[in-house]
Amino acid sequence: MSISIDEVKKVANLARLAVSEDKVSEYANSLSNILVLADQLEAVDTTGILPLANPHDALQRLREDVVTETNHRAEYQKIAPEVEDGLYLVPQVID
Amino acid sequence: MEWETVIGLEIHAQLATNSKIFSGSSTAYGAEPNTQASLLDLAMPGTLPVLNKKAVEFGIKLGLALGAEIGKHSVFARKNYFYPDLPKGYQISQYEFPIVGKGQLDIELEDGTVKRIGITRAHLEEDAGKSVHEGFVNQSGIDLNRASTPLLEIVSEPDIRSAKEAVAYVKKMHSLVRYLGICDGNMQEGSFRCDVNVSVHKPGTPFGTRVEIKNLNSFRFIERAIHHEVARHIDLIEAGKGHLLVQETRLFDPDKGETRSMRSKEDVNDYRYFPDPDLLPILITDADIDAVRADLPELPDAKKARFMSEYGLSAYDAGLLVQSREEGEYFEAVAKGSGDAKLTANWMNGEVAARLNRAELAFEQLPISAEALVGLLKRIQDNTISGKMAKDVLEAMWQGEGDADSVIEAKGLKQITDNSAIEAIIDEIIAANPEQVAQYRSGKDKVFGFFVGQAMKASKGKANPATLNDILKQKLAG
Repeated sequence: MSISIDEVKKVANLARLAVSEDKVSEYANSLSNILVLADQLEAVDTTGILPLANPHDALQRLREDVVTETNHRAEYQKIAPEVEDGLYLVPQVID
Repeated sequence: MEWETVIGLEIHAQLATNSKIFSGSSTAYGAEPNTQASLLDLAMPGTLPVLNKKAVEFGIKLGLALGAEIGKHSVFARKNYFYPDLPKGYQISQYEFPIVGKGQLDIELEDGTVKRIGITRAHLEEDAGKSVHEGFVNQSGIDLNRASTPLLEIVSEPDIRSAKEAVAYVKKMHSLVRYLGICDGNMQEGSFRCDVNVSVHKPGTPFGTRVEIKNLNSFRFIERAIHHEVARHIDLIEAGKGHLLVQETRLFDPDKGETRSMRSKEDVNDYRYFPDPDLLPILITDADIDAVRADLPELPDAKKARFMSEYGLSAYDAGLLVQSREEGEYFEAVAKGSGDAKLTANWMNGEVAARLNRAELAFEQLPISAEALVGLLKRIQDNTISGKMAKDVLEAMWQGEGDADSVIEAKGLKQITDNSAIEAIIDEIIAANPEQVAQYRSGKDKVFGFFVGQAMKASKGKANPATLNDILKQKLAG
């Protein structure tokens, strides 16, 4: 399986990455090589085996439903480029 | 052949937990912007999500109520997209292994028949923040208080065939999540919102092009948006412009009553899901499921069946009374207190429901306690007041003028059941209206109504109607 130049451009766009035109084919090559490795792994028969999330068979620990956080807005907003009335300001977004 | 509408729904129910799904921030509604947004909710590097136990329990609860398979091995996945109110650049959701698998919900249609709607799945996920567009020039304000609030997204099969069925389904689900206590169901505050997938086709042919209408937050909007969208599809197809119908997301504008296209970029929906490496799989054991099952309340369908068998109510009456858990409990308290379930159902589904409707109040906001309603019904049962007078007493009770007995006393509303008092009134009226008496006796039955009116007027509406009718008939017969 290989990755085409168009696919590289599409994924870059979805990830909001700027990829210069002269690098596109290089990336397509490198990414395709990674998929070759994945193809080799896929040759192993894994029927009926659940994906391994953790080598120790650990499971998700759960939290009690208790409010532990307090308001630190002033501190957090110190590093924000722009705030107003408690809101973080960003360039206009419209659906 | 007629067009057939095909509808599938996605409902987002905000879970009624105290803290967020992955952080210890409060989920209370209406706080000052960003005062409930912790470092995790802001997606600061180095923070890790820790799952809220209650959110998992609530998911299992819904699954059991829908007769669904519970995902014993449930996995969180990242849904990747860019939007300023999603600071991580992905939403933590579930993809391949949701907590709730295939299930079903039975809805009742207007003609009383029951239709089973398939549930595809329900999965746990976090909500995004809110963007504020008004009041800024070329900028938007972001409030992350809602970020990481727990949601259950409940996805139905495309089994729904009309706007009415869609509303019945959403109402039933709304009632169910509130029965279970897993969501407050507040649609104005966005705790329960709905995306509708609509298409049209001729029966027997493949489904048509599907359009998603997002974020409908009232039952009425759901119905109107579907009607508009269906008409738009049929118009386009019949005008030979079916190719202009594209699979897209649209927004409903309640002021104009129409939908408009929301996103144009086709690649926006390429979410590139993958398992979230920050969260391990959740293992749900049979013991966990049994513990949740033991804690389930009586659900609407079971309660309805019980009201019909135990109290002899009609399916219609029982159906209305089980719409919310509070209303069902209120009914039982009043039925037991008054000893007359039918009378209780008539008053609750009649006068009380009509008043709540006029005042646009939910049942939980009813200003009259179950005990107070029992007090009123008792006075109807012992003939102290007529049904008509009881409506006036209810009005006064609604206005906070006290319980039934004190209102009856204060307004002098006691019904006259004393036969001799009513006889005296009737004697006077007969004596004063010889002409009408003659008419009645010559066979003009209609004049009877005139006498009833006069007698009621003379008794200031307090004469017991049944007693009055009997005595009047006797006396007029001569």
